[in-house]
Amino acid sequence: MENADENILEVKNLTIDFHTYAGTVKAIRDVSFHLKKGETLAIVGESGSGKTVTTKTIMGLLANNAEVVEGTVKYHGKNVLEMSEKELENMRGKDIAEIFQDPMTSLDPTMRIGRQIAEPLQIHKGYSREKANKQALEMLKLVGITNAEERINDYPHQFSGGMRQRIVIAIALVCYPEILIADEPTTALDVTIQAQILDLMKELQEKISTSIIFITHDLGVVAGMADRVAVMYAGKIVEYGTVDEIFYNPQHPYTWGLLNSMPTLDTRKGKLESIPGTPPDLLDPPTGDPFAARNPYAMKIDEQKEPPFFKVSDTHYAATWLLHPDAPHVDPPDAIKHRQEVYAERLKKGTINLGHIHSTGKTSFGADNDDAIGE
Amino acid sequence: MDTREKILEVKHLKQYFNVGKKDEVRAVDDVSFDIYKGETFGLVGESGSGKTTTGRAIIRLLDPTDGQVIFNGRDVASLKSKSDMMKFRREMQMIFQDPYASLNPRMKVKDIVAEGIDIHHLAKNDQDRTNQVEDLLETVGLNRDHSSRYPVEFSGGQRQRIGIARALAVQPDFIIADEPISALDVSIQAQVVNLLKDLQEKTGLTYLFIAHDLSMVKYISDRIGVMHYGKILEIGPAEEVYNHPLHLYTKSLVSAVPQPDPEFERNRRQVVYDSSPEFDDKKRQMVEITPQHFVRASEDEIETYKKRATEEGLTVL
Repeated sequence: MENADENILEVKNLTIDFHTYAGTVKAIRDVSFHLKKGETLAIVGESGSGKTVTTKTIMGLLANNAEVVEGTVKYHGKNVLEMSEKELENMRGKDIAEIFQDPMTSLDPTMRIGRQIAEPLQIHKGYSREKANKQALEMLKLVGITNAEERINDYPHQFSGGMRQRIVIAIALVCYPEILIADEPTTALDVTIQAQILDLMKELQEKISTSIIFITHDLGVVAGMADRVAVMYAGKIVEYGTVDEIFYNPQHPYTWGLLNSMPTLDTRKGKLESIPGTPPDLLDPPTGDPFAARNPYAMKIDEQKEPPFFKVSDTHYAATWLLHPDAPHVDPPDAIKHRQEVYAERLKKGTINLGHIHSTGKTSFGADNDDAIGE
Repeated sequence: MDTREKILEVKHLKQYFNVGKKDEVRAVDDVSFDIYKGETFGLVGESGSGKTTTGRAIIRLLDPTDGQVIFNGRDVASLKSKSDMMKFRREMQMIFQDPYASLNPRMKVKDIVAEGIDIHHLAKNDQDRTNQVEDLLETVGLNRDHSSRYPVEFSGGQRQRIGIARALAVQPDFIIADEPISALDVSIQAQVVNLLKDLQEKTGLTYLFIAHDLSMVKYISDRIGVMHYGKILEIGPAEEVYNHPLHLYTKSLVSAVPQPDPEFERNRRQVVYDSSPEFDDKKRQMVEITPQHFVRASEDEIETYKKRATEEGLTVL
């Protein structure tokens, strides 16, 4: 906690292609973001938008047919993409750990859960079997497994889905990693169990001050977990900002669409605003704004030139031509306008919550694109 | 209220597995509810609550252990002859959860959609069959020329549309949709839900909508039933059940639904549910607390629920 403002992870201009039989899939296209100590960054987007590939890159777990065309992933200044397999092995599970989506398949069915939790301690920290087992028990209690002493020698199939996900979390956190990547950790779970797991993650984050990269398509979960949010579409980040900025003052039509397609507490009967069409094929990404084809607000320029990031505030950027000074003024959908009114009111009252991270000035997020504004 | 016509009556439905053995599972235990013509009835509950089993027992993919399912005035369990069964299957159709597993990958879309048409001899000739299929594809928002393609060529949302077209092919009155949107992306979920609503407006379909996503169920349903451990705990108008839940289990379920609103999330209080009172061997039945709003209660609990309803500002019966 010496320097709360230090970026422990910096991803810059990351571009990744996958070589497949059908051709080259441009999965990640110029993605940049950073992560500070103790904060939770949520990456939201549809399936195929590149959320998971991004985190796989951070873990050094890319498939063989993937090619990093450009960019760097710096963990404490060291480029993960240039690390040897040995260095990666040292980092994975110890400094950066991951909770996977499916608790049914991410545990070894033939291994007692106590061993699975203790294993990283023996490998990464050189603990004796005995000491590792003792700590595994502590961890099991911490994630809220009752009768931990008895259950530590059970096998995964003896647990329910929610309990298994707690065990997966215990394995991920047992070495007190600096960064925890949670890839749709609650998507396979029931809402009540989901709420418990999310509370548990928040509680543990406070205890061991881990930074979390949270990947999900559920905006409800994002609203409760994130300090900052990055919205991904077709392999690109299209908007990012603090959680309040994204939810109460969204600027990109795709973010509008996402927020609108979820019924909220006060959604009345009638039609849900859905986003028409489907995401573009990344074998052959369209020129211009990749969202243009599904965007009712699309202008001519959207089909010709890709929009740069326009600055909304020091922490809030969006890649849409609508923010260009010369762009015509458009009225966002009513529900979004309502959100913006709430935001304006709270800005006036000064009750705005910036999360527990107070960014001082510039973010590294797309900072290179600042010059493009007003071009 | 009761002037509406009932299309489906489920009476004391029981579906047990491994009956009489040590590992007997009472997946559905004494469930009763009615569904009116033209409405959407939402059945919510956690995994293992028996909601899917209920759906399967209704459409007779399972043979119920006990109880009655009366559809259009006839007891489904009494249907014996093949022709009766055929007629029933035409009137009631199902949309499945997983759009990847529920379409045969070796069949062309036109044959998947037309399978019901073929079985029930609904097409006069080949041309008529093709026309029907193409009309159906258009109805669900796909292209006519999609009919000669295979399922792999479609995205999840499109596949679910194919599944819906297949269900519509035999012109059913009643569709059971078992978690039809949970495998889809948020933006696509809204498309499919809107499609289901449009179809209902046009053709007066009745839906049994099974899901665990309470916010979506509230949005699409007229009435909601909440299931837990094989029993229905609460039934009522969707808005009322969601905004003024009476049963503590429903309260906990509603309180756990994440909202896309950071301010709301920061102040969220989750209600923890203790299920032990459900197992105290008291006799419980569905009691109407406010008009059309039922809670599963024992004699001595009725007062508590009435008091709770008054506190919520509802008109107690």
